[in-house]
Amino acid sequence: MISLRGLTKEFPGGVRAVDALDLDIGDGEFFALLGPSGCGKTTLLRTIAGLETPTSGTVAIGGADVTRLPPGRRDVAMVFQDYALFPHMDVTANIAYPLRIRKVPRARREEKAAETAARLSLTELLARRPGQLSGGQQQRVALARAIACHPKVFLFDEPLSNLDARLRLEARTFLKRLQRELAVTTVFVTHDQGEALALADRIAVMSAGRITQLGTPAEVFRRPATTFVAGFIGSTPMNLLPGTAEGGRLHVAGAVLPLPSEVPDGPVVYGLRPEYADLSPSPPPFGDGDAFSGKVAVVENLGTAHLVTLECGDHLVQAVAPEGEEPALGALAWVVPRPGRALIYRDDALLTAA
Amino acid sequence: MTDARRAVGVIMRATFLAAVLGFFSLPLLWLASAPFDAHPTITASVPSLTLANFRSLLDNPYVLSSLRNSVIQAAASAALVVVLAALAAYALSRVRVPGRDALLYVLLLLSSVVTGTAAMVPLFELATRLNLIDTHLGVVLTLSGGLLPAAIFILKDFMDATPTSYEESARVFGASPLQILGHIVIPLVRPGLATIAVWAVANVWGSFLQPFILLRDPDKAPGSVILYTLYTEGGSPRLDLISTFSLLYSLPVVVMYVFVSRRYGFRFHGGIKR
Repeated sequence: MISLRGLTKEFPGGVRAVDALDLDIGDGEFFALLGPSGCGKTTLLRTIAGLETPTSGTVAIGGADVTRLPPGRRDVAMVFQDYALFPHMDVTANIAYPLRIRKVPRARREEKAAETAARLSLTELLARRPGQLSGGQQQRVALARAIACHPKVFLFDEPLSNLDARLRLEARTFLKRLQRELAVTTVFVTHDQGEALALADRIAVMSAGRITQLGTPAEVFRRPATTFVAGFIGSTPMNLLPGTAEGGRLHVAGAVLPLPSEVPDGPVVYGLRPEYADLSPSPPPFGDGDAFSGKVAVVENLGTAHLVTLECGDHLVQAVAPEGEEPALGALAWVVPRPGRALIYRDDALLTAA
Repeated sequence: MTDARRAVGVIMRATFLAAVLGFFSLPLLWLASAPFDAHPTITASVPSLTLANFRSLLDNPYVLSSLRNSVIQAAASAALVVVLAALAAYALSRVRVPGRDALLYVLLLLSSVVTGTAAMVPLFELATRLNLIDTHLGVVLTLSGGLLPAAIFILKDFMDATPTSYEESARVFGASPLQILGHIVIPLVRPGLATIAVWAVANVWGSFLQPFILLRDPDKAPGSVILYTLYTEGGSPRLDLISTFSLLYSLPVVVMYVFVSRRYGFRFHGGIKR
């Protein structure tokens, strides 16, 4: 549906925001561009919209090359981070604006606006100005305006970031349901990994203008391709510890762990999510070496669980302890990795799970 | 002790403010009283009420036509300044031109020279060669040229304050540049346009030198020039006519200011975040 080939965007001054990028986004897919700020994700979205002209490469939407087409002729609708609702028009006029550009008669477009507004439960607000709406309502009006013009593709720039935390979760569920119902190909940009995991069918994790990993939320979460993705995805940061593979054993942060036989000897990075480790107040029965041991340095309350930080020699190892089982500060504790959940990286590439 | 000192401070401040207030209000008081005075002098006094001054002013054949000329010149200049300044400010605000700010500052600096006394001779020469002497167009073009840089400067500030995402949003929906300007940009900067229009009208209304030099025919002269003719043959000012005409001449600008201020409120977006 959307095909990008060798897409490069270089800004004056030599900054390559998007670097020779290839990407195919399927029909009806809910697709996330995820990355830290400055990784080029917004530039990529704006290039798909036509607001930026690529330095080289092509953009095709629905099989047609649109690289040289102005944004208005690409049949896309974009929702901006600040929603960009026209402050001097009421909600009806805002929603009907795309139809006004298409010269739809006034009566017809007001009818259409009312229809779309009803679908997003905005009917009572039709006569209001954007300034008189709450953040959540403004977001729904911006969505309604995008829906009203029946585009082939929706482009959302940080659709939830201007909402406060509680509203954001509601809006997330709402957005996912809406996208399912409309079944319109949707690309959205976010820096919030939780948002990308929750909403998207597929995620492209970007850094420095390139796609570092492309996959479903489960793939990206379970098997991050690089330590950058590993560190970026997940609500608690993954433990990334330098270690050495030697004769089928892994020496890391004072622990000696079993290693799959295919890992050759040499330096590796050991990645373990705090959620995939069990915290124990006593050494595991099968030998001291199979767990990280250390003193409890920090205990952070996560609500239903606790994030515990252990000092293991020079390294910090984090694990999640279930509610009511958190250790005391300063106590000795052991972190036991769950089998098959740890990831072994070498030269910043995933080798295997351990 | 400190109470006494504070009291003295209050009295001093009040006296000073009263003096300043008197300094500024006396001329206005004169303007309000002299036109209705049978024998006005250059001092403000309680008038011996009469409307005779208005009657004798209207006997002057040029008075009414001069007001009409002022309206023509002011309206045409304001329209020209608003349209050109809006287009220029929009372009300068949205397109990256190297040396844009330097250009604006130089224009702004020169604009005070261009229509000032210093440039009057070349302007007159230019107007003569272009056959613009004795035409409203000549006056309008000269005055607009002088007002444009400042108008562009102020409007660019308004344009800069409007987020580009409004326009980008409209662009994605397929709006053409002219539609974006008409549907989005102009409504958003309307207070700025109103400010510029009022400011241009007030400037042209009060300008004397340019119309005085560029117009020969008293039938085309604006009020500011006709005011200068209200003297006796001996060369002494006809205070009755001058005061009456001054009052008549200043009223339209005051009314316009109040109207526009009510309607749009003069909002400068500059430094202050509202």
